[in-house]
Amino acid sequence: METIVFYILAAVTLVGTVLAITARQGVHAIVYLVTSFFALALIFYLLGAPMVASFEVIIYAGAIMVLFLFVIMMLDLGKPEKIQTPKLYDWCPAILLLVVITGSMGVLASRAATPLNAFAGISVQEFSFTLFKRYGAAIEIISMQLLFALVGALYLGRRR
Amino acid sequence: MTWDAIDIGLMLAKIAVLFFIILTLAAYLVLAERRILAWMQDRKGPNRVGPQGMLQPLADLIKMLTKEDLIPAAADRVLFAVAPAMASIPAILTFAIIPLAAPETIFGHRVSMQVTDLDVGILFFLALSAIAVYGVALGGWASNSKYALLGSIRGLSQLISYELSMGLSIVPVVMLAKSLRMSDIVNAQAEMPFIVYQPLAFVIFLVSILAECRRIPFDLPEAEGELVAGFHTEYSGMRFGLFFVGEYINIIGLGALASLFFLGGWRGPLLPPIVWFFVKVTAFSFFFIWVRGTLPRLRYDQLMHLGWKFLTPLALVNILVTGWWLSLR
Repeated sequence: METIVFYILAAVTLVGTVLAITARQGVHAIVYLVTSFFALALIFYLLGAPMVASFEVIIYAGAIMVLFLFVIMMLDLGKPEKIQTPKLYDWCPAILLLVVITGSMGVLASRAATPLNAFAGISVQEFSFTLFKRYGAAIEIISMQLLFALVGALYLGRRR
Repeated sequence: MTWDAIDIGLMLAKIAVLFFIILTLAAYLVLAERRILAWMQDRKGPNRVGPQGMLQPLADLIKMLTKEDLIPAAADRVLFAVAPAMASIPAILTFAIIPLAAPETIFGHRVSMQVTDLDVGILFFLALSAIAVYGVALGGWASNSKYALLGSIRGLSQLISYELSMGLSIVPVVMLAKSLRMSDIVNAQAEMPFIVYQPLAFVIFLVSILAECRRIPFDLPEAEGELVAGFHTEYSGMRFGLFFVGEYINIIGLGALASLFFLGGWRGPLLPPIVWFFVKVTAFSFFFIWVRGTLPRLRYDQLMHLGWKFLTPLALVNILVTGWWLSLR
């Protein structure tokens, strides 16, 4: 049962992401990407991580993508411009990424897969104890960085 | 997880009953709003269809279903068609985590009166309210009309702003209940409802849910004086109906959540739990209508100032004070 659901969700994620990249209209790309985020969130839920699943939806689909949508709607690009046929030079990052992905897939496939105990389900309490006791310092550093970014953005916004 | 036939049957029954309840309640909330507003403004209101206008929702439904479903020529057809569903589905899904009454024992099974008691209940609610934005935003954008676009841009910025203060105002509730699970939150209020400890959080939550529902005084996205009907200007027939019913389902859902977080949900003396819950939700719905009948619309900058410069800092201070108090206790 869980395997079937997983494959459906994985297919939705992949198709959604591919369509997000190839969509010409910015708003359509966002809708596809949000769809793939939903499927991804459900995959996290299947893996027994409901916290991560809800944060995936709240932060990525609910905050970041909404801001993107806001900007695209404000700019109102109208008709998407004709993009020139990509030259060989433009393909370099894509080829690099392809090499990295095939490499990591190869490494993953060569190892014996340890089956996850399906739907173990980590409670919120366990999750937060691990997060704040074991990785407390890292959390503090990240939150300081976010604060710097916030102040920096405010400064750039204020400067005339 | 092992499921037997009775469990699955009970689950399906719960979902079916819940659907029936919320759709009926939403339909009659529309009628109640029209009658109560009329009463406040010294008018009669709709009282012709059936006794006291009780069949008016049915007549409205028939009218909406039989109207022509217009799609503007310049609209983005697919997004235009799915946006009303995107607006109403999150509102309906919120009810999955709302416990309507105390758990009962049926056929030897302990049945909780909610569809699912998620470990991350509050986060589920926050996620749904975060994605409810898409219906408003995409509906207005896909209409390809200036009024609709302006309405949806307003709606977008309003919903993200007030989501923040709404989320922050529930944090003290989680701190007191020590859980994100809805049943734990209700059980933690067995002795005293949280409104006694958290009056400030309650007020912030109430103002934020008014804004989340896009109701007067926060109905800038559909301000009819300036934007015709805002983001749903171009919609007609049942697609408009979905936006409309979604808004009322949202009112009931958020009222239910407010009573769960601060008033102890279905807990109360003497009367059976379901009656208490119904009374509390009805009281919140009446409050929403009352506010609509009383307050004028805010200006756009006032709306943003209230959200970002007043409610959000206040909610943060409230969290700080609650933490301090909990650590001293």
